[in-house]
Amino acid sequence: MDLRFTDEEIAFRQEVRDFIAKELPAETRERMVAGRSPTKQQVVDWQRKLNARGWAAPEWPKEAGGPGWTLAQRYIFREELQQAPAPSPLGFNINMCGPVIIEFGTEEQKRKYLPRMLNLDDWWCQGFSEPGAGSDLAGLKTRAVREGDHYVVNGQKTWTTLAQHADWIFLLVRTDPAAKKQEGISFLLCDMKTPGITVRPIITIEGGHEVNEVFFDDVKIPAENLVGEENRGWDCAKFLLGNERFGQARVGASRERIRRLKVIAQESMDGGRPLMEDPDFRRKVTEIEVELKALEMTVMRVIATESKRKDKKPDPATSVLKIKGTEIQQMCSELLMKAAGPYAWADGDPDEEDGSNEVDVAPDWAFGLAGVYFNWRKQSIYGGSNEIQRNIMAKAFLGL
Amino acid sequence: MDFDLTEEQRLLQDSVARLLGNKYGFEQRKGYMKSADGWSREVWSQYAELGLLGLPFGEDEGGFGGGPVETLIVAEQIGRYITLEPWMSTVVIGGGFLRHGASQELRNELVPQVASGEMLLAFAQVERQSRYDLFDVATTAKKDGDGWVINGRKGYVVHGDSADRLIVTARTAGDRRERKGIGVFLVDAKGPGVERRGYRTVDGQRAAEVELSGARAVAVLGNPEDGLPLVDQVVDECIAALAGEAVGAMQAVHDMTIDYMKTRQQFGRPIGSFQALQHRAADMLVALEQSRSMSYFAAMSAAERNPVERRKAMAAVKVQIGRSARFVGQQSVQLHGGIAMTIEYAAGHYFKRLTVNDAMFGDADHYVRDLSETGGLVAAA
Ligand SMILES: Cc1cc2nc3c(=O)[nH]c(=O)nc-3n(C[C@H](O)[C@H](O)[C@H](O)COP(=O)(O)OP(=O)(O)OC[C@H]3O[C@@H](n4cnc5c(N)ncnc54)[C@H](O)[C@@H]3O)c2cc1C
Ligand SMILES: Cc1cc2nc3c(=O)[nH]c(=O)nc-3n(C[C@H](O)[C@H](O)[C@H](O)COP(=O)(O)OP(=O)(O)OC[C@H]3O[C@@H](n4cnc5c(N)ncnc54)[C@H](O)[C@@H]3O)c2cc1C
Repeated sequence: MDLRFTDEEIAFRQEVRDFIAKELPAETRERMVAGRSPTKQQVVDWQRKLNARGWAAPEWPKEAGGPGWTLAQRYIFREELQQAPAPSPLGFNINMCGPVIIEFGTEEQKRKYLPRMLNLDDWWCQGFSEPGAGSDLAGLKTRAVREGDHYVVNGQKTWTTLAQHADWIFLLVRTDPAAKKQEGISFLLCDMKTPGITVRPIITIEGGHEVNEVFFDDVKIPAENLVGEENRGWDCAKFLLGNERFGQARVGASRERIRRLKVIAQESMDGGRPLMEDPDFRRKVTEIEVELKALEMTVMRVIATESKRKDKKPDPATSVLKIKGTEIQQMCSELLMKAAGPYAWADGDPDEEDGSNEVDVAPDWAFGLAGVYFNWRKQSIYGGSNEIQRNIMAKAFLGL
Repeated sequence: MDFDLTEEQRLLQDSVARLLGNKYGFEQRKGYMKSADGWSREVWSQYAELGLLGLPFGEDEGGFGGGPVETLIVAEQIGRYITLEPWMSTVVIGGGFLRHGASQELRNELVPQVASGEMLLAFAQVERQSRYDLFDVATTAKKDGDGWVINGRKGYVVHGDSADRLIVTARTAGDRRERKGIGVFLVDAKGPGVERRGYRTVDGQRAAEVELSGARAVAVLGNPEDGLPLVDQVVDECIAALAGEAVGAMQAVHDMTIDYMKTRQQFGRPIGSFQALQHRAADMLVALEQSRSMSYFAAMSAAERNPVERRKAMAAVKVQIGRSARFVGQQSVQLHGGIAMTIEYAAGHYFKRLTVNDAMFGDADHYVRDLSETGGLVAAA
């Protein structure tokens, strides 16, 4: 066992760091430091820069357009992006749909979709959840009926993140209602401009618009947009969900939040001195730092065993990453809010004109932090809730 | 030992519950939030009719003659419906300052106006550097002739935008963090030298950032050289009311969660059949009931004459209520799943209010430190 990075890996980290320092627009970075999501345009611009450098899809194999990196390089790269902070390559494209097409798709599909995914010419979104199918994803009802060389799709998806930006959606649909739940599902790719699709915003508790309902009313999807075999979509879904869980660890992102927390706790006063000088507060921050270090090591262990896995089944250890990663991020968001005190409570989506801090009711560093805390409660709900992750572990590891 | 309400108290509880049951449906609340004031004048005038605005004042002054238990009863209903009206600011805090700090003359003038709903009050205390220390006051009050002139900046003045008078803490002597030398002043909110910027807070309430530049006080509340004991007393009474509010809100959101667990189906059965969730809901109930007990302790302690004991009691109240509010709020959202993340669903609004309730006048972390520094609740043998 040698967990140290090699000299080449250390040099690689520097190369990534230099690239980010040179190429990342200051506005994008500042926005993310303030705890806000980058805008669509910022995400697109950044991914195109990464793509021009050949770095848009760290985990993809070379033949699919990836850089062909080692596991350590991928890890270093992601961590450097997160802690910059810079936008990560769009997850729907690069970590969800892309890998499914690489694994299960036809050559034709790879040629058609992958390059556009890499360059973010197409923004993808994830159409899995339905009003009646959340944790019980396999209970989904959206129906696809084969008619000639098309599927005709009817039903509703919900919680579809950033569907308002999306050009394409990848869908789980029911193609065989008679089969056992998991065995009648297919994985389809659908152009969002197809007639019969309606997108309706869902506003989340802090006032932001990031999720949507997506309705399908006799939507005709060409049969060639089926990925893998008909009624075998659940294999794609499980493969994808494992990758999604892995992505929830976000060690670099939490490190960046802790750094930010320390800056804010230096600005923010408590008991007549900077909050950071309060031993109780410092202890809380330190405890998170320790948890994060342990998570970092666990992530590396999972990465190391991944290379040795023969089957394509998701590693149940990713459930540990999802639980811990989201708990740590939620703790960070809570401490950030607490650090700002009463000045975190001014309402308003900073994207909206009338909800901005322009009336100067809070120091800029405090504004919006409560909103992020409220919003991040989603992390223990989505991507398979943290209860579901525990169920997975009880079954897969403990044989219960 | 008797935890039962008297006949009169039950009537009070019923009448508030009935009023809010009629006027505070989720959609109605949304409407109030969107209105110019951010709350309902109509509900306010009905509060006046029920006597809720004169609640803490003596019957001889035209008040309801209520004490801490009556305040608790009303506060709990207010929490149950997470109402938006300036009742805490005007009646609990403003009323507290009038009762404990105003001259007879000022009481004669203002109590009837408060009780009838014409006079709205707001407490301008928080400053950028003060966080939760009531004695950390940079705003100054300077003697000028027979009056006082105030300069400074106050933040998070709850309902400061609709208030008629502001109750302002300002330093008459000493350094910023000295306990002596703080005065409490009544300032005309629409008068010269007062600039207010109103805004909505994350829990749907209203607040204002207030600049005071040469604003003249219209009255002094208490001793202008040593007003901190008065501030402490009023804030402690408010903490007792906030405890009641939190219990009402926790009860409501817990009920909502249990109902949802019984109806939401996943994997072909109600999610309430999963033991992991049953245990969580049971833990939430424990947190809620511990808080309810603590809210009674708060009501009991609000009238405590020894200020050191009273402060300690309220610190303990804040710790218990804050911890429970956090747990119940977070888990209500978690047990609902995605649906509670939407602004169209009530649970998230309770979660947000409980979050702010925890932190008002100091969060649980702040008070656990305070209480431990003053020796805790149990003395060494
Ligand atoms: C902000 C946000 C963004 C999202 N983005 C997307 C997206 O882009 N695409 C997409 O397809 N979906 C998305 N989702 C949906 C997300 O995956 C679901 O919310 C999640 O799967 C939970 O489903 P649910 O909300 O229906 O809750 P439910 O499944 O109804 O769960 C309610 C509660 O019951 C618990 N529970 C359920 N079953 C069990 C069990 N067997 N044992 C113990 N506890 C159980 C859950 O843990 C939860 O606490 C998003 C959700 C949110 C909130
Ligand atoms: C110090 C001590 C003194 C005791 N004194 C007495 C005594 O004076 N008289 C007497 O009659 N007995 C006594 N007991 C026995 C005691 O009542 C039992 O230990 C207890 O009922 C648990 O039963 P068990 O040990 O068989 O554990 P089990 O019932 O086998 O439980 C094992 C674990 O499973 C959990 N579990 C079981 N069922 C469920 C469920 N449905 N849902 C979730 N979790 C579950 C339990 O909580 C526990 O964690 C004593 C036990 C101890 C340890």
